[in-house]
Amino acid sequence: MSMRDTPMRSGPLAGLALAVFATSLSAAEPLPGIQPGSQAPTLGTPMSADDITSWNLTIFPDGRGLPPGQGTPEQGRSLFVTYCERCHGVDGRGATADELVGPPTPPTDADPNKSIGSYWPYATTIFDFIRRNKPPENSGSLSNDEIYSLTAYLLVANQIIGEQDVMNAKTLAQVKMPNRDGFIRIDAP
Amino acid sequence: MATSLDADDLQAVAGGGLLHRRLLLKSGLALATAMAAPAIAQSAEPDAPPAAPGSLSSPSWLHRPGKPFSSYGAPSQFENRVIRSIGANRDLPGNGVSWTPLESLEGIITPSSLHFERHHNGVPDIDPAQHRLAIHGDVSAPQIFTIDNLLRYPMRTQTLVIECGGNSNAGWHEEPIQRSVGAFHGLVSCSEWTGVPLAILLDQVGIDPKASWVIAEGGDAAIMNVSIPLAKLIDDAIVALYQNGERIRPENGYPLRLIVPGWEGVVNVKWLRRLHITTEPAMARNETSKYTELLPSGKARMFTFVMDAKSLITSPSPGQKMHGANVYEIKGLAWSGRGRVAKVEVSADGGTSWAEALLQDPVLPRCFTRFRAAWNWDGKPAILKSRATDETGYVQPERDVLVAERGRNGYFHYNAIVAWGIDEDGAIRHVYA
Repeated sequence: MSMRDTPMRSGPLAGLALAVFATSLSAAEPLPGIQPGSQAPTLGTPMSADDITSWNLTIFPDGRGLPPGQGTPEQGRSLFVTYCERCHGVDGRGATADELVGPPTPPTDADPNKSIGSYWPYATTIFDFIRRNKPPENSGSLSNDEIYSLTAYLLVANQIIGEQDVMNAKTLAQVKMPNRDGFIRIDAP
Repeated sequence: MATSLDADDLQAVAGGGLLHRRLLLKSGLALATAMAAPAIAQSAEPDAPPAAPGSLSSPSWLHRPGKPFSSYGAPSQFENRVIRSIGANRDLPGNGVSWTPLESLEGIITPSSLHFERHHNGVPDIDPAQHRLAIHGDVSAPQIFTIDNLLRYPMRTQTLVIECGGNSNAGWHEEPIQRSVGAFHGLVSCSEWTGVPLAILLDQVGIDPKASWVIAEGGDAAIMNVSIPLAKLIDDAIVALYQNGERIRPENGYPLRLIVPGWEGVVNVKWLRRLHITTEPAMARNETSKYTELLPSGKARMFTFVMDAKSLITSPSPGQKMHGANVYEIKGLAWSGRGRVAKVEVSADGGTSWAEALLQDPVLPRCFTRFRAAWNWDGKPAILKSRATDETGYVQPERDVLVAERGRNGYFHYNAIVAWGIDEDGAIRHVYA
């Protein structure tokens, strides 16, 4: 888009406001808070609902943002062998990349297992991370059905769901991970 | 070298021969410095011929025109060993880290070319004309900004440390790792960052009063995302376009990086493309599976954003060598994600006694602070430590205290006091002491 498409403030007063603004921020101190918008140009372009749909990749732990589609553990197992096993090892036991499969019980000091079944608090994270990043040499190439299938396989391998369970936007959001309550927020509400 | 020091100067203020920091302000004082051991690094190019008689008083570059102008400078060929060390996944070379060679640098600014890296899937080659920043979610006016748009906003400059939450994680190991200070602690760097205060853009999209989180997303082939409390971003975050005066390097987020002062590196999202204003975190992979710290109780610390105070002695340090009993300058770096460094103390007797180091100006919040101390080494075995205190009163903990509190399975946020053991031969090793 061109800057000409967007409204902007002009005239001598705008420049004056900008100069004052810049001076007031010259010290390396934290900003006191939101600056009044009148001190800066407004150059953004409005996003339409369609724009937001095409940009928005966020998936929340309650399942908001999960796309249509579905997959089974069985389909996921063969996809895992094709795309994931080389780095994550046979059955997700780990190789050059992380171990993914572990016991469905929270980690302990004696057995600090950080595999999906032991450590991950939300199953939606699996779908989200695969969709963003996998396979790394061609990320974004898997269909939603394939991602649901891989997610289902990893949940079965970690003994979280059954072999026959189908994963989709509704069922994946309902999966409760064993370590959901295993975290303490430190610097956040 | 010690001839310019009088008896009063050499009066130790702490065990092992640490001297008063005022000594460093004495005019004309020259102290010894531990040097890189030849096996680790050499200062001359390997095929340089031995100096012929007269060559040092009249070298060739006094007699021949030098090279012409260059449109973009580069370091001397004789500094070609000052490089980032790289640790990457052999199956996925774009997934890994590179460490800043802290032991080879002085002052507080990390050259952009030596800033540490952590990438999940390589460095994208982003055309700024094709890059956008989208801000949407719980806002009244969702908007997209071009890079040209952002370049026309008022800007702010801050010199800031960025430290990876996983920096220094070898400190959790049972045995002290033997690597250079940079290859151990070098996932921290300090740059001057310039960009648009994010508060300005957030004001223009009209934040819903119920919003409390922002999910920030990068434009690499991992589309890395992470959730950050809105209040912090309103307080002091910058959407940065410049690093050390020039546009940000690709490996540091070109064309746009979210700078969140004092918070762990992963929330300083590179290649920033989207800010989703929400009421809750996304619980993304990099805030659940990673960047959380398992405690002995079996519970894990989560959203541990602030990088607590830390200090390191960069000289003398492992890989360097002491050259006999002498008065040495100890030097190092200290920083705190909570504000300014208030004090750095140095010990030469393993922490039994401490002397206050000189803090080199400027001392800026959430920025590297260079410290220096004078040390009259008697040539006997010694253990050097440094301990930072920040302006909130937080004191960098001893390793046994940190391990007792956190266990050894947390991996992230290791900021314990670091100890270097020096033997009678002048060799320097990392020790737990």
